[in-house]
Amino acid sequence: MKYIDEYRDERIARALVADLARRVTRPWLLMEICGGQTHTLMRYGIDELIPPQITLVHGPGCPVCVTPLEAIDKAIQIASRPEVIFVSYGDMLRVPGSRSDLVQARAAGGDVRVVYSPLEALKIARAHPERQVVFFGIGFETTAPANAMAVLHAQRQGLRNFSMLVSHVLVPPAIRLLLSSPQNRVQGFIAPGHVCTVMGYREYEALSREFHVPIVVGGFEPVDLLEAISLLVAQLEEGRAETENQYARSVTREGNLQAQAIMERVFEVCDRKWRGIGLIPRSGLRLRPEFAAHDAEKVFQLEELTAEEPAECLSAQVLQGLKKPTDCPAFGRRCTPAMPLGAPMVSAEGACAAYYLYRRQAVAP
Amino acid sequence: MCLAVPGKVLEVEERDGSRVARVEFGGITRLVQLDLVPEARVGDYVITHVGFAISRLDAEEADRTLRILKAMGLLESEERGAP
Ligand code: SF4
Repeated sequence: MKYIDEYRDERIARALVADLARRVTRPWLLMEICGGQTHTLMRYGIDELIPPQITLVHGPGCPVCVTPLEAIDKAIQIASRPEVIFVSYGDMLRVPGSRSDLVQARAAGGDVRVVYSPLEALKIARAHPERQVVFFGIGFETTAPANAMAVLHAQRQGLRNFSMLVSHVLVPPAIRLLLSSPQNRVQGFIAPGHVCTVMGYREYEALSREFHVPIVVGGFEPVDLLEAISLLVAQLEEGRAETENQYARSVTREGNLQAQAIMERVFEVCDRKWRGIGLIPRSGLRLRPEFAAHDAEKVFQLEELTAEEPAECLSAQVLQGLKKPTDCPAFGRRCTPAMPLGAPMVSAEGACAAYYLYRRQAVAP
Repeated sequence: MCLAVPGKVLEVEERDGSRVARVEFGGITRLVQLDLVPEARVGDYVITHVGFAISRLDAEEADRTLRILKAMGLLESEERGAP
């Protein structure tokens, strides 16, 4: 496929690795934020291809992994109602809540359906005017404009039986939190290319300045990631700390202004709890009050819950790049994609699941 | 979750008050909403996420950087004596 195959070219990848080996003189620790990038790095073995001085740790950029337990529990509460059709992106179904997951809710009689686009949820709502259709609105800035657009379409079409359970999160506040932590070891970041496609990278320039940290907006193919790593190492070796854009074929400094305007119209910034990390101020999006008729939290009376993770799960440290999945004693033993203990084992973009898929042999059975 | 893929716009039409494109992804065509990228035209490549185009690919920029990368790859193989 055009604009994909070229970025998987082995010759270019080898050249970038060689270039990296010439450049690097000291150990550096880098973090890719986005779980999609984690997946590519593991799949192509890039972590094993690059010079050993460079360590990659994996960030919190898996929306499925950071959606708080409480949101999953609310989803299960709503999905269990007889009048509801609960609609979600597929990855969310097997994420453990505090007592069960959406698959179990479905087995117990809940009408839970998987879609790949929020517009399909609107279609279901039009086809079933007698039912309440609730869409699980999760994701980063990449997904927020599409979900916002679905709410606008619902409003325009006068769909009174469509609402959204919103648990959106924003990337820059999470990077800020990592950088502010006294435990932080990360010296350079690969910023998520599709989040920046929507948002641009001015917020990242501010982080580079404030924390004197190099950030490179990166794409998702092996050549993209190798080039991003190379740009970061060049900055670190030269003592620079800027935000650069490797993924210029999709990302501009200002981002997609139309998408930003739609997000802004439908959502407002709020504090948000991140699973495994805790509350991060101003790191989430919720529906604006004028969309209350489409806000599942307003449409349904929901119990307020607080829930705890299983003590065994190290997802908090994994999501902050403090531990690798293979450091977790449950990894590959009590915790597998078929029986996940924690959210990072569920989605293919979760660091634990990516390691399980491609690095299982690294741990003795 | 943030998976988004480039595809070529084959056709653009109006549907229920919004612009929708038929987009080809490696042989498969899908309908894609253009609400977020109203400037997309037939022949453009758009990057699509959950049924919505989120950007129009900058073909000039992509060709420019690819040329540089390819030159690097060729040079490297010559140095190693590989084909
Ligand atoms: S391997 Fe499982 S239990 Fe361990 S940190 Fe990952 S998700 Fe949690």
